Amino acid sequence: MDTKELRAIIEGVLAEMNLDAAQQTTSEPVGTEATKAVACEITDGCLDDITAIDIKQQYLVKEPYDREGFLELKQFAPCRLGIGKAGARYNTLPQLMFRAAHSAAQDAVFSDVDQNFVDSLGLFTIRSRCENKDIYLTRPDLGRRLNEEAVAAVKEKCEKNPQVQIFVSDGLSSAAVAANTKDVLAGLLQGLKSSGIKVGTPFFLKYGRVGAMDEISEITGADVTCVLIGERPGLITATSMSAYIAYKGTIGMPEARRTVVSNIHSAGTIPAEAGAHIAEIIKTILEKKASGTDLKL
Amino acid sequence: MILKTKLFGHTYEFGSVREVMAKANEEKSGDKLAGIAAESAEERVAAKYVLSNLTLNDLRNNPAVPYEEDEVTRIIQDDVNESIFGEHKNKTVAEFREWLLDIETSGDMIKRASRGITSEIVSGVAKLMSNLDLVYGAKKIEITAHCNTTIGKEGTFSARLQPNNTTDDPKGILASTMEGFSLGCGDAVLGLNPVDDSVESVARILKQFYEFRNKWEIPTQICVLAHVTTQIEAAKKLDAPIELVFQSIAGSQKGNEAFGIDANMIEEARQYALKEGKADGPNVMYFETGQGSELSSEAHNDWDQLTMEARCYGFAKRYNPFLVNTVVGFIGPEYLYDSKQVIRAGLEDHFMGKLTGISMGCDACYTNHMKADQNDIENLATLLVAAGCNYIMGVPQGDDCMLMYQCTGYHEAAALREVFGLRPIEEFDRWLEKMGFSKDGKLTPLAGDASVFLRK
Repeated sequence: MDTKELRAIIEGVLAEMNLDAAQQTTSEPVGTEATKAVACEITDGCLDDITAIDIKQQYLVKEPYDREGFLELKQFAPCRLGIGKAGARYNTLPQLMFRAAHSAAQDAVFSDVDQNFVDSLGLFTIRSRCENKDIYLTRPDLGRRLNEEAVAAVKEKCEKNPQVQIFVSDGLSSAAVAANTKDVLAGLLQGLKSSGIKVGTPFFLKYGRVGAMDEISEITGADVTCVLIGERPGLITATSMSAYIAYKGTIGMPEARRTVVSNIHSAGTIPAEAGAHIAEIIKTILEKKASGTDLKL
Repeated sequence: MILKTKLFGHTYEFGSVREVMAKANEEKSGDKLAGIAAESAEERVAAKYVLSNLTLNDLRNNPAVPYEEDEVTRIIQDDVNESIFGEHKNKTVAEFREWLLDIETSGDMIKRASRGITSEIVSGVAKLMSNLDLVYGAKKIEITAHCNTTIGKEGTFSARLQPNNTTDDPKGILASTMEGFSLGCGDAVLGLNPVDDSVESVARILKQFYEFRNKWEIPTQICVLAHVTTQIEAAKKLDAPIELVFQSIAGSQKGNEAFGIDANMIEEARQYALKEGKADGPNVMYFETGQGSELSSEAHNDWDQLTMEARCYGFAKRYNPFLVNTVVGFIGPEYLYDSKQVIRAGLEDHFMGKLTGISMGCDACYTNHMKADQNDIENLATLLVAAGCNYIMGVPQGDDCMLMYQCTGYHEAAALREVFGLRPIEEFDRWLEKMGFSKDGKLTPLAGDASVFLRK
């Protein structure tokens, strides 16, 4: 173990000790009526953000047989280990950390992307055949198709037969769109521009599934279509985005014809780097005139 | 056979047994997606009433996929004991439901009946059961199976230890495995879903499990949930220790083709495990299922997801499995929309598995795009134990970092055993006491300290 790791562990332990101390002070024994009143006064201060706790450093087992040994193993498991117990149930802190992670995941799925944010990116907005989030979640078939207005808008506003058609869609995480789109799009457009590749008019598709790119490919006549879409959130991150790319996509084509760049988020593939990476892949796809399993990258 | 009734004076007429079966289901988003669900709450009840008046003979004669076209149908129909079917075939579904629930009808009588009915009958009667009926009916049926230990005995409740890891890292898998066992989880099986399902990777993990289990003398069984052919290949080519052989299965031949399997492949794997495997046996198979998988591979033949699920169990029964579990909320809201639908489906699947005569467990779970949370899944797990479920899953705090879904945690089995006065499988229970993780069926202060396994 190097000193950096050791320091991180020590810091983690100290943080927990402080927490224990804080819990003890809040559960001070009862006093007189007068002191009780004082204890109920609202004081300044802010509790620590429990979502900032690194679960790899957290170790809540009381007097473990081999703390260091288990903490070392735990570094290889990105899951909620060493969490101790209260009876045969969970301790309060990990239980609330779990709930916080799930709340972020649910909000990412069930909320809509802020329209002002989309407008600020200079993207016009179209919608799939889903009228609301409920329909979106239960009818993937409708999320793969554009509604009539959307078809008309793409025909009217998008440049015909571009080399590359890019669009953004909420998919299963609006939070992913908010967190990553600006950087990914900037990196991607810059990368394509410096390779002299002509990009069509980008836009935003609300309530979209990955398969919607096939209809868009058919309407625009693009050589390559690329969607930046929010992925189904897990509890580790709610802001993961993927890029799906296809060469001359058609409605009903096999899924295996798509090339995927996944895990784009601040703790995965960094958004700005992801943009440049996707641009490189698109360049190769244009050269080889193939995508997905047809393309040997 | 009458397919017409009135409700509040309004006439409801159905075109086929298939339509009656689909519309008699409790509401499921998957049946709506398939375009076969009842169009109103009243039509649903009308279909239930029509179904309640059909005979078991009517249901047997209307399999979801024709006998000639589908090997799953052939297996289900060919395995029916005709004498036993004869005892029940003229009962209506309503009468059969009441017979199952009757105090005079014992678990052994139901197990005899299991040998004389088809999956369409199992599904049909489940459609007429309320949630408590599903608990009450299933509770009577004790199904045991033996691999290295015996699962399903009265007074026991078990859990699969699922130490999944995002990179199949041996140290990470070890950390999760140790913590699970230290909390009393893993008497059903130590079983991992691999990220890399290559033959080499599967062999490596099986060997790791085998060594760990043997070193600590843990009375349980091991499994790596790769494709059936990969597991057998790992054993043949790389000498991987095979105990339980896993496979995901579907309720139609076409659905099984989507999983890359057929009946011969399963039987060959089973024979291999019986001949070359390390387990005591005779039950050496582990299957997973889940409502909606047939629709997702367009292999449902326009039948409802409950009936297709029942057919999975009919297919599974042929191979005398040690474990079968529905992964009930994994597939997403387009099949089971919210917690209400997931809880219903979990209870249905467990009941149907038991009525089919297989050792049934449940992965009570949900994805983040479903309207459900950990409270809902704890509710379902509690109801399942009340229903006599053989086992549930256990992952660290219910959060599976690799499959990106949430299910029951390591702590849940221990808590539920304590609440219901149940124990793990006997040999495993003794092992927990020997290790100091439990005393008289309750976790000790040492439980949860995985670092105990770092002792030399």
